[in-house]
Amino acid sequence: MKNKRVNLDMKQYGMFIALIVIYLIFALITHGKNLTPMNINNLVMQNGYVVILAIGMLLCVLTGNVDLGVGSIVALCGATAGIMLMDHKANMWVAIFASLAIGLLVGMFAGVFIAYLGIPPFVVTLATMLMGRGLTYTLLQAQTKGPLPVSYNFIGAGFLPNYKIFAGGQPLDLVSIAIAIIASAALIFSEVRNTKIKKKYNFALAPVWQTVLKLGIELFILWFFFYKLARYNGLPFVLLIMVILIAIYAFITTKTVAGRQIYALGGNRKAANLSGINTNKVFFWVYTNMGILSAVAGIVLSARNGSSTPKAGDGFEMDAIASCYIGGAAVAGGSGTILGAVVGAFVMGVLNNGMSLFGWSTDIQKIVKGAVLLGAVTVDVLSKRKNN
Amino acid sequence: MSDYILEMKHIIKEFSGVRALDDVNLQVKKGEIHALCGENGAGKSTLMNVLSGVYPFGTYEGEVEYKGQPCRFHNLRDSEAKGIVIIHQELALSPLLSIAENVFLGNEQLSMKGVIDWTKTRQRAQEMLAKVGLENENVNAPVNTLGVGKQQLIEIAKAMAKKVELLILDEPTAALNDEESKKLLDIMLELKRQGITCIIISHKLNEISYVADAVTVIRDGKTIETLVKGVDDFSEDRVIKAMVGRELTNRYPVREGVTIGDTIFEVKDWNVFHPDDPDRQVLKDINIEVKAGEVVGLAGLMGAGRTEFAMSVFGHSYGQKISGTIKINGKEVNIRTVKDAIDNKLAYVTEDRKTNGLILIGDIKENMTLAARPKFFSKHGVIDGNQEILAAEEYRKRINVKANSINQVVGSLSGGNQQKVVLAKWMLTQPDVLILDEPTRGIDVGAKYEIYCVINELAKAGKAVVVISSEMPEIIGTCDRIYVINEGEIAGELTSEEVSQEKIMQCVMAHNRKEDGNEK
Repeated sequence: MKNKRVNLDMKQYGMFIALIVIYLIFALITHGKNLTPMNINNLVMQNGYVVILAIGMLLCVLTGNVDLGVGSIVALCGATAGIMLMDHKANMWVAIFASLAIGLLVGMFAGVFIAYLGIPPFVVTLATMLMGRGLTYTLLQAQTKGPLPVSYNFIGAGFLPNYKIFAGGQPLDLVSIAIAIIASAALIFSEVRNTKIKKKYNFALAPVWQTVLKLGIELFILWFFFYKLARYNGLPFVLLIMVILIAIYAFITTKTVAGRQIYALGGNRKAANLSGINTNKVFFWVYTNMGILSAVAGIVLSARNGSSTPKAGDGFEMDAIASCYIGGAAVAGGSGTILGAVVGAFVMGVLNNGMSLFGWSTDIQKIVKGAVLLGAVTVDVLSKRKNN
Repeated sequence: MSDYILEMKHIIKEFSGVRALDDVNLQVKKGEIHALCGENGAGKSTLMNVLSGVYPFGTYEGEVEYKGQPCRFHNLRDSEAKGIVIIHQELALSPLLSIAENVFLGNEQLSMKGVIDWTKTRQRAQEMLAKVGLENENVNAPVNTLGVGKQQLIEIAKAMAKKVELLILDEPTAALNDEESKKLLDIMLELKRQGITCIIISHKLNEISYVADAVTVIRDGKTIETLVKGVDDFSEDRVIKAMVGRELTNRYPVREGVTIGDTIFEVKDWNVFHPDDPDRQVLKDINIEVKAGEVVGLAGLMGAGRTEFAMSVFGHSYGQKISGTIKINGKEVNIRTVKDAIDNKLAYVTEDRKTNGLILIGDIKENMTLAARPKFFSKHGVIDGNQEILAAEEYRKRINVKANSINQVVGSLSGGNQQKVVLAKWMLTQPDVLILDEPTRGIDVGAKYEIYCVINELAKAGKAVVVISSEMPEIIGTCDRIYVINEGEIAGELTSEEVSQEKIMQCVMAHNRKEDGNEK
């Protein structure tokens, strides 16, 4: 049984390649401005919250729906933290806890209407979008609250401990390099282990060159990021939050019963129900989860800005939804990956960043982002049609 | 010169290198009803799509001659303009629009360009309905207020409105019960008297011998032969032989070596009310019991309450105000959700695999392990992917699912193979009691045989099997004992020795008379 071969899902890697191509195009037209260590650092910090929201949004998209309320909930949770810190002089941890609790409550509120009263998610989250924004303005009395304490700012703008040496006339953080080495070893180890297990069970294997190429691309992206960050100021704290969340949710969506139930629900709700899946419960937790992740994004955003503003998070829901679709999630639900959504978020981020560096106005940026979204989904849909 | 209205000659159609049609010939005489038979995937629908222009001229090889003239259709509109109308298995009606509007959908009655003439629409709709025996329906009612059988007739009325001369029906009776089917077939005969030529694709051989004047059998993309009524041997066995290429001496495999044990599944005093109407009782005092190793059938007309019974037993998936007791393996169990049912070793293989059974965009493995996953393929909520692959592989081989691999998307499988995947899904939950609802609907003879073999295997393993089917020969051929259900009640119980189609119908009729008597 040696000739059992399957090809890797090229679509997933096609997205990575598209991301790299877009990045290189901007490197070319901005004369390498977007390649600087500082810019890489900005890219991570500026897109942290979109990535966090895209992760939660993917679960909603998998059910075949979206959550329009996240932008408002980001603002509401940021405002909660700001008020706790400034008006009540609360401890940072209390403020974070309060903010997460509000996110949880709003998520559950939407979840009850969607799951147990059967109101369409579009309507429910349109309502939470309006209510959340109105509530934020009321709570903040339409004022910006700040500056927030430095210890709190660390969440959005701080760096992990670093150990710098001078190499080639510039600082180089050895902690980043060490973590990159550990991460590379882990990647290679898990690939080898996977192959071994597949061999043991006599499962189909991808051709060696594809596996090596895939690993090569992954390692290249990893080292590119970490090296650039090491050249700047080490690893941002936001990166740590992102990596942990991506790991947790990638695990949930691929390896747990609960995660696969979301896919089953999105693929065929009736069949899922008749297979013993409590689809109401799944809906409830998907939207509750979105509330919590919106709170996390709200905390990160307000910490980075050093203030809570009523306008915060305006339009974030659209960025998160777009990230999922660009990342290959099906509009009808039932298909899509966390990694795809994250790559989608970075495509949006790289576009924003590159166009800003090039000096294009936000108006033009919106046109380009819209066109990229439409183009990505069109290519996706057409390629699927061809396969059938 | 010829009396053929349609001649298709040497048709070859390829899909990315695979030959779906390989030198197919079809000749249809004017005014006849011509049946097209073949196993699923034999190429019947492909051939009809070539004829109706769904696959435009140039994408296939060969010639199509209609009324003696060569045809080059580029789309459906071209063929409809010539009077060729195809009615697909999936109805093309817009459920919330009125009957009249549906009859003239795409063919609107206009007063001036683009403006609908409603009076004319209703009036002409009435005329069309009369032709298909629906003159008593209100043309203004939404089409979804009609049953499936009548909706099928609306499709025919729609074709009549297009001045059809050659009508193609793709499995028109697949979703109909015997009575509705009979009505539809009679209307086909009536159309024939009006001079309309029909091509019917069907798996139901008794229907074909009832209406068809000739039958062409297709197998693996090739025409095998054409049998003409009154000239050739037109028996069902003869047609089956041509379809499968071998003699199926017995359409129902013999069950051997089964020992029937104790009663392991018992439902007592089961009462269920309609989910939307708490005053309407759907099931009344149903009592059934099934022994280990026994296959028990639930027979009855469509709408008799068989599926409702199965669904309500299966974790209250249907109805409200449910009362009664369920005993599995002699122990009374409390089953309120589907999960309870699975935990208590009860499985229900749903009818209508596409809407209730499968995640069509998911692959075979995903679908097979869906129901069993929490119990057998995970630990603390984390899935054991390798065990899933092993189990899916095992069942793919065991019940012969024809696919490239377990990673093939279920939506791309044929009906028979899809049905096997649904069956595997429930066998993987390791049940003691299996309820199979319409397990062979719309699948070909060969796949049916394989499914019957699986049923036998389950019985042999000491499971209690309940089969719900609208095809009476199937119930009679596979079951040891049969409950006849009518209007939500058990109308009778028959053993395999005494059962016949007539006996089942007698039960239903006697029960109906009793009901009518009670009402008076």
